[in-house]
Amino acid sequence: MLTVLLAIGILVLLSLIFGAILGYANVRFHVEGDPIVDQIDALLPQTQCGQCGHPGCRPYAEAIANGEAINHCPPGGQSTIQALADLLDVEAVPLDGDHGTESAKRVAVIREDECIGCTKCIQACPVDAILGAAKQMHTVIADECTGCDLCVEPCPVDCIDMVEIGVTAKTWSWDKPQGIAATSLDIIATDRQAEVAH
Amino acid sequence: MTEYLLILVSTILVNNFVLVQFLGLCPFMGVSGKLETSIGMAMATTFVLTLSSLCSYLTYTYILQPFGLEYLQTISFILVIAVVVQFTEMVVHKTSPLLYRVLGIFLPLITTNCAVLGVALQNISKQNGFVESILYGFGAAVGFSFVLILFSAMRERINVADVPTVFKGSAIGMVTAGLMALAFMGFTALVQI
Amino acid sequence: MRTEKPQTAKVFSFHGGIHPPENKAQSLQLPLGKPSLPSELILPLGQHIGQSSRPLVKVGDKVLKGETIAINNGFLSSFLHAPTSGTITAIEERLIAHPSGLSDLCIVLTPDGNETWTDLEPLNNWQDISKTDVLAYLSEMGIVGMGGAGFPTQVKLQGAHKNPLTHFIINAAECEPYITADDMLIREKTLELVAGIEILQHLVEAENVIIGIEDNKPTAIAALKTVLTQRNSDIQLAVVPTKYPSGGEKQLIQLLTGKEVPSGQYPADIGVLCQNVGTCVAIHDAITQGKPLISRFTTLTGDALKSPQNVEVLFGTPVAHLLEYADYESKKLSRLIMGGPMMGYTLDSAAVPIVKTSNCILAASKKELPAPAPEQACIRCGMCEQACPASLLPQQLLWFSKSQEFEKAEHHNLFDCIECGACSYVCPSSIPLVQYYRHSKSSIREAREANVKADLAKQRFEARKARQDAEAAEKEAKRLARQKATTNKATDAKKAAPAKATPTAAAAPATNDESKKLKVDIAIGKSKLKKLQKQLLEAQENEHVEEISNLQLQVTDQEKAIAALEEQLAKTPSAAPAAPAANTEKATPAPVSDELKKAKVDVALIGVKLKKLQKQLVETPDDQELKDKIAAFEADLKAAQDIVSKLSSNAQSSTNATAAEPKAVMSDELKKLKIDAAIAKAAVKKVEKALKKAEEIKAPEADAIRQQLKEAQQRADELEKALANPETAAPKAAPEKAAPTAENTDAEAAKKRKIDLAIAKAGIKKAEKNIQLLKDQGKEESEIEASEWPKKLIEAQQKLAALEAEEGAPAPVEKTAEPVANSEAKAEPEMDLATQIKKEKVAVALAKAQINKLNKRLESTPEEAESIKQEIAATEQRLQSAEALLEKLIHSQTNMQENR
Repeated sequence: MLTVLLAIGILVLLSLIFGAILGYANVRFHVEGDPIVDQIDALLPQTQCGQCGHPGCRPYAEAIANGEAINHCPPGGQSTIQALADLLDVEAVPLDGDHGTESAKRVAVIREDECIGCTKCIQACPVDAILGAAKQMHTVIADECTGCDLCVEPCPVDCIDMVEIGVTAKTWSWDKPQGIAATSLDIIATDRQAEVAH
Repeated sequence: MTEYLLILVSTILVNNFVLVQFLGLCPFMGVSGKLETSIGMAMATTFVLTLSSLCSYLTYTYILQPFGLEYLQTISFILVIAVVVQFTEMVVHKTSPLLYRVLGIFLPLITTNCAVLGVALQNISKQNGFVESILYGFGAAVGFSFVLILFSAMRERINVADVPTVFKGSAIGMVTAGLMALAFMGFTALVQI
Repeated sequence: MRTEKPQTAKVFSFHGGIHPPENKAQSLQLPLGKPSLPSELILPLGQHIGQSSRPLVKVGDKVLKGETIAINNGFLSSFLHAPTSGTITAIEERLIAHPSGLSDLCIVLTPDGNETWTDLEPLNNWQDISKTDVLAYLSEMGIVGMGGAGFPTQVKLQGAHKNPLTHFIINAAECEPYITADDMLIREKTLELVAGIEILQHLVEAENVIIGIEDNKPTAIAALKTVLTQRNSDIQLAVVPTKYPSGGEKQLIQLLTGKEVPSGQYPADIGVLCQNVGTCVAIHDAITQGKPLISRFTTLTGDALKSPQNVEVLFGTPVAHLLEYADYESKKLSRLIMGGPMMGYTLDSAAVPIVKTSNCILAASKKELPAPAPEQACIRCGMCEQACPASLLPQQLLWFSKSQEFEKAEHHNLFDCIECGACSYVCPSSIPLVQYYRHSKSSIREAREANVKADLAKQRFEARKARQDAEAAEKEAKRLARQKATTNKATDAKKAAPAKATPTAAAAPATNDESKKLKVDIAIGKSKLKKLQKQLLEAQENEHVEEISNLQLQVTDQEKAIAALEEQLAKTPSAAPAAPAANTEKATPAPVSDELKKAKVDVALIGVKLKKLQKQLVETPDDQELKDKIAAFEADLKAAQDIVSKLSSNAQSSTNATAAEPKAVMSDELKKLKIDAAIAKAAVKKVEKALKKAEEIKAPEADAIRQQLKEAQQRADELEKALANPETAAPKAAPEKAAPTAENTDAEAAKKRKIDLAIAKAGIKKAEKNIQLLKDQGKEESEIEASEWPKKLIEAQQKLAALEAEEGAPAPVEKTAEPVANSEAKAEPEMDLATQIKKEKVAVALAKAQINKLNKRLESTPEEAESIKQEIAATEQRLQSAEALLEKLIHSQTNMQENR
């Protein structure tokens, strides 16, 4: 009986000591801020579109650091999800359709003769990419526009179009080659069977 | 002196914890996908293994043995390891953000690394002294790091290689690990005593 | 001596390289061809690396051969010239020669067939003028590197001065199979080439000038040797063994200098400059003949052509036209390639034009250029590594490219790959390695651009957020300040808890705060008013009728607003005097200055305590202790009140605090009046100025202006007098206690009188000056006006005397309404009548306000009815006179406007 009590006592003592050490360390070595947030933020596309349900990319980065799903960013698309998955060492999941779908890069264009100069879009733009003054025609600085859509909704005369940025000779990029033909990859018999099964 | 050297040679090559004793296989397979992460894991493990083998030795010798509670070694070692890992993480986080970024998420993972507990237990069964315990832990960690980094470098190649479909992923990884283990068997007769 | 240098340079070697079948003989069988003009020339605006050019022409413009049709758009850009004379028929998107097969903006020129040259201005003095000017000239001639990339030459030459130039290399290697354009160019234009090199050497001043040429061009080598010997040139000729890709810039540099261009650097960094032979000839033509870059040598070759040959072709010529010229067999044609078989790209359409960098059109048959074999798995043979001229590890790069590990690919120097295609050529598994590299490169570039854009967006977003936060913080601070102000008021009120016991004390600080705010408002309003008045005056001077009426309206509004504010201000302190009579014992003086506050708070506190004790006393009338305390407090209170009264006025010796009240009202009114007076004086000055001006130009309005001046001065005087009024009115406020008050006011009044005295003296001086001025000017005028001015002078002197008399006998003189009435009689029209009217209106409003105020007081303090009634009467009189004046002014204004 004594030994049992002794054993329990020792274990409790050990736990208390270790708990105290950890508790002390937690206070003594407390760190403000989370470096992981910066890393996540660096991977996000910074469109500040709010489609993830957060007001901007950094808040979403903070949310991810606190455990939110990584697939709420349509502008970043699958590549961003992949990068986040690599960083956080979690499974890459497909984009959550509730937050929008991945679309081609777009830029807002104001139909300038229809603009009434209400400045509503200017207030909505998260990156100050719209130029104009009250009762003056507004225009979008295309280079600064992140294509976030946020200016479309507030426009009272619906004069903002989201235009897809087409590929020009300057922005064109080479395709990835087809790669090894599927058939030549069938190295062993089971590969071919798998092919048949599909 | 030779004795210490032998301990190192033994733990790193001859009795490699991963490939010969098959301890710590989870991080070995899990974190070897990328070279960078495996290096981070190797560093973190080296650090923790050495420290925890020291701490567990102290706990055993000065707390458990005097009270004749040797049968509590497993549970108390787990306690010790968990505390060491947590403590290390906190200290590193505060003192060296750079190192924390490298070791970062791997530190907590080490708690579940069976090699750490294995080293602590083997220290007892082999009746290692203070210095031997530290060396044993350190050697085990170096051996672990060594094969982990080698293996991750290989896996990076394998990832882009043309592997039969059925072997893709972990399967070919396991096969490779097995081949590596076979290779390490060659070290068995390295030291003649 | 020039001959000391060996004519042939030492040749080194570079790693790797391949020896594909040359296939150069086919296109050298025929002499240089000159195709006819096509039906239209398509000139892409982006024929070079960097920004596309900006078109200078419009659709329908007629251009001459060699005329500039597009200019550079930034630093890394180039000019574009019309290759022949004709009409611009379109500026639109056309298919261009690009691996993407996409369209780009092009200028479409329809030739008129005349080939009329524009005026050519050769740069004959290129040796004398500065090199920068020569470079600028080259830029205007549209010269770009003709070897392949189309790098603007002037930019490359500028960059060459980064380091002392040891080697200037002319690239004549032309290593790619099939292409013989440079070979033909050297044969045809040897002299021009050498002259061009000499011009370039003059520009860059390199230690060694070497022409690098492959040994498979014996005719060209011989021609070059002849010319070089003839000219006794110190240009060296280096014949390099035929090996692909010795014509690559970095490879040729290594061949000729033995130096390797470090990874990520340019040849200029190691003191080497490389130029293509075509560029040298173009530079020669531009400088010595003034011909811009409008044509080039291009090889037409391939099995699908019956007569393969080299042609000198104008830019913009469609490929189809050239194929036609070289008799192509459409049956045989399987692939149309722009460039060579190694580095060229397949054209989807033959409609694309020849541009500055098109060195070859390869119309290949199926047999000649079979479709690439299907890609097989890499067998790790390592042949690609053996072939790579850039000493890279193609196999590693392939793996990284395949698994999208771009970071690692970059680590393995992917960007040093020159995409020569040697690795693909030797690969036994037919892996299109270069395609993988190209894809990786463009993916990395895209990612970099996206990163830059994301950073920019982040920066802008953060800046915006910071701005918004700052704005919000500012608002919050303001809100807090307001809140604090109100709570302060509340605490003030609490401090002066006597709210119930001594309402005066409570009212005092509150009213003080309010009056402060009002004063600020008034000040703001006045400054606005001044601005408006200024504008109005200007408008009147310039006779902008519309503006005048508009501004007048604004002025009126502003003045009304100020009047209202002033009224309010006048009311706030006046609230104080209402109470004191009720509780003389605990009366607290209304605040006059900040210094007083503390003393007043003391008084208030003591008052509160006293009140409390008194209450207690009522409850327990027998408590002796309490009575003692009360006595002590009463003593304290008295002492505190003493301090307060002392502070409030140095001259005030009275212990009766009630005297302070009317004074407060008075001082406010005084201020108002002073401001009015100041405005009036300003008006006087203005009118004087106007008068001077008018007199200078002998304007007929001078008289009118003079009258206005008088009016304004009178107004000023009147106000000055009015300044004295409140002082005199003040004692009436408390006639019962007038005796001691008089004394108090005396000191204040004395000060004011002194000021008035000074003003009056100044007025006399002014009048005298004016008289003098008038005398100096036309006699007649002076005669007319003389009667007025001396009068004025006398008046002023009288006033001075009166004031001085006042000084002597401090009893305030009663002249409330009289002066107004007097001045009213003299009221005359003036230019800024409107201002006067408004002022008068203000005066009326003020008078009315005062009457209202007095009436109120009359109600609240019936015991003072007598004095207040008197005051009301006086004010009413004033009001009447002011109204009369106002009427007159308005009348005269309408008269004036009618006259106008």
